[in-house]
Amino acid sequence: MHSILKGLAALGLVLAAGAAGAQEHAAEGDHAEGGTPHYPLVAPVEQDWSFAGPFGTYDIGQLQRGLKVYRESCAACHSMRLVPFRSLEALGYNEAQVRTIAAEYTIVDGPNASGDMFERPGVPSDRFPSPFPNAEAAASANNGAAPPDFSLIAKARTVTRGFPTFVFDIFTQYAEGGPDYIYGLLTGYTEAPASFELQPGTHYNPHFINGAAFSMPPPLQNDQIEYDDDTPRTVDNYARDVAAFLMWAAEPHLEARKKTGFVVMIFLVLFSGLVYLTKRKIWGAVAH
Amino acid sequence: MSGGHHAHGSYQPTTGIGRWIDARLPLPRLMYDSFVAYPVPRNLNYAYTFGGILTIMLVLQIVTGVVLAMHYGANTVVAFNSVEHIMRDVNSGWLIRYMHANGASFFFIAVYIHIFRGLYYGSYKAPREMLWILGVIIYALMMATGFFGYVLPWGQMSFWGATVITGFFSAIPLVGEWVQQLLLGGFAVDNPTLNRFFSLHYLLPFMIAGVVVLHVWALHVTGQTNPTGIEVKSKGDTVPFSPHATAKDAFAMFVFLAVFAYFVFYIPNFLGHPDNYTPADPLKTPAHIVPEWYYLPFYAILRAITFNIGPIDSKLGGVLAMAASILVLFFVPWLDTSKVRSAVYRPWYKLFFWIFAADCLFLGWLGSKPAEGAYVVMSQIGTLYYFGFFFIIMPLLGLIETPRRLPNSITEAVLAKQKQPAAAALPASEPAGHH
Repeated sequence: MHSILKGLAALGLVLAAGAAGAQEHAAEGDHAEGGTPHYPLVAPVEQDWSFAGPFGTYDIGQLQRGLKVYRESCAACHSMRLVPFRSLEALGYNEAQVRTIAAEYTIVDGPNASGDMFERPGVPSDRFPSPFPNAEAAASANNGAAPPDFSLIAKARTVTRGFPTFVFDIFTQYAEGGPDYIYGLLTGYTEAPASFELQPGTHYNPHFINGAAFSMPPPLQNDQIEYDDDTPRTVDNYARDVAAFLMWAAEPHLEARKKTGFVVMIFLVLFSGLVYLTKRKIWGAVAH
Repeated sequence: MSGGHHAHGSYQPTTGIGRWIDARLPLPRLMYDSFVAYPVPRNLNYAYTFGGILTIMLVLQIVTGVVLAMHYGANTVVAFNSVEHIMRDVNSGWLIRYMHANGASFFFIAVYIHIFRGLYYGSYKAPREMLWILGVIIYALMMATGFFGYVLPWGQMSFWGATVITGFFSAIPLVGEWVQQLLLGGFAVDNPTLNRFFSLHYLLPFMIAGVVVLHVWALHVTGQTNPTGIEVKSKGDTVPFSPHATAKDAFAMFVFLAVFAYFVFYIPNFLGHPDNYTPADPLKTPAHIVPEWYYLPFYAILRAITFNIGPIDSKLGGVLAMAASILVLFFVPWLDTSKVRSAVYRPWYKLFFWIFAADCLFLGWLGSKPAEGAYVVMSQIGTLYYFGFFFIIMPLLGLIETPRRLPNSITEAVLAKQKQPAAAALPASEPAGHH
């Protein structure tokens, strides 16, 4: 056992040294070739989230504000086809309020008995619809690229962290790459540098994961959306709140997961301890 | 000698029913002889607990998988949404699915430790070649199962991973295209592919379970190795499986499950790829297509072959190198020429072994990087050492290395260690016993 530990320690050192050297080398290589730069140009900055860490919970007020930002800004282009209105009860709304919210959307249903599609107000079992009749219409209205659905966007957009950061992420339980990215993107629009050739219809944003510019214009302005509480109406707060809301939309059972996890961890650690004591008693009489 | 023989016949049914069954189908006797009275070397360390851990992981994957299959739809139209239905609407669906997805990764973590333990202590050497080969077959089946399973959620990485990996087969001369189309059920990854992958993903774990039975059978014929690599010579070298190995295995298992639970409950997407939360789109290729982490070293070897070798073009060369990197494991018992089994007594082998372990992690890291610039050269160096370890170091080292003095028996090794517990802390002295 002792020499295995020694071996592992040596292995760790060799790897750390090797990978650090290699990474430096590779970075130089990129530079020398003048190849494609790595996107995003600016890596997401870690923000404080109420749902981070082993005891993280969603901030209901923040989710309600985020929902408002989503409905009044994002929803003009982005659907959430996996998120039903009924799930909004998790945001503190009662059944009547959920019915009201759902009814504000128009749902295409059918065909009816005479074979026609028809429109009706939404009900709690409906999901956040797309404002476009189909993906082709969405693409055609948006420079050829359909705006992505937002149901899972907070889990589908995380920037690779690289070695050795991803190793530390295990111990810090870093799992907020999605909201960090969304927040950074929404607050990240800047003037393009003089050397950068901005294509018409695109907007410079060094936080974008697939390039230096993309076709979505800055979606948020200060004072654009009325908050029901006294949270300052700034782009920064809008971005933060909608990022938290989208994390909830992507991972609605996060709180239950972490709560269950705590009980499971306590059990496994305590039980491991008991089994260890049993094992020691059994092996006590045997030299091994 | 065979551990099983010591125990044979020690089972004494105490009840009438027990005797009645024993005379007709001695299944309880088999279980008793295999998991209660079965003698194991007294000096096994925690590296030897992963066989039990792997058994639990297999059972866990099958149980969670069977439940997931009750809610999953193997059709390109509904597959992605059905997984999200499990995550959102099925009672505890998120738990079952995260357990299954992370369970695959932890299954591989356990199997890699298990394999490296075998390589370190020379567990593959005579008379355990068959045991080792069965293990390699299980590993190969696991890789296939993992690959099929990763395709099922029908996300972007599912689709493009399947496209890349089935594309390997087209490199095989003459029959390649036919094999590829047979796998795909068409000319591209599509609904027929998803259907057959689901079918195979459900079938293979039961084949694994079957080979596991053979693996355990072979183990119980030869008995276990141990850190000294010396065969069991007397009854004093062993302890009965229960309660000794049972308690030790159980402790290791719960510690392993605690680490597993940490991932499931706190960082369930750490080992996955974010692109798989975007539905498969045949018209949009992701910037970097990467397989699951447990295939990355082999992926690096595949992409390291960037040059043609005579009539073999770089694509076929890469596929051959990757296939060889797995197939070489079958020949390890005959590639290692050393008369001494355990690395504990082989100072040079021990060094090259740890470099090999580092090389595998290095290749894994490279597999996650784009195949360009310095990464290609590093992959080629890593690949060279990978094959050099098996084809040059293993055969040559056995002939030229001077091993340390071996103790006469397991008991002697254990007692020698007991006498000098303080000395064990000094790096210069290598106590004979390992644990």
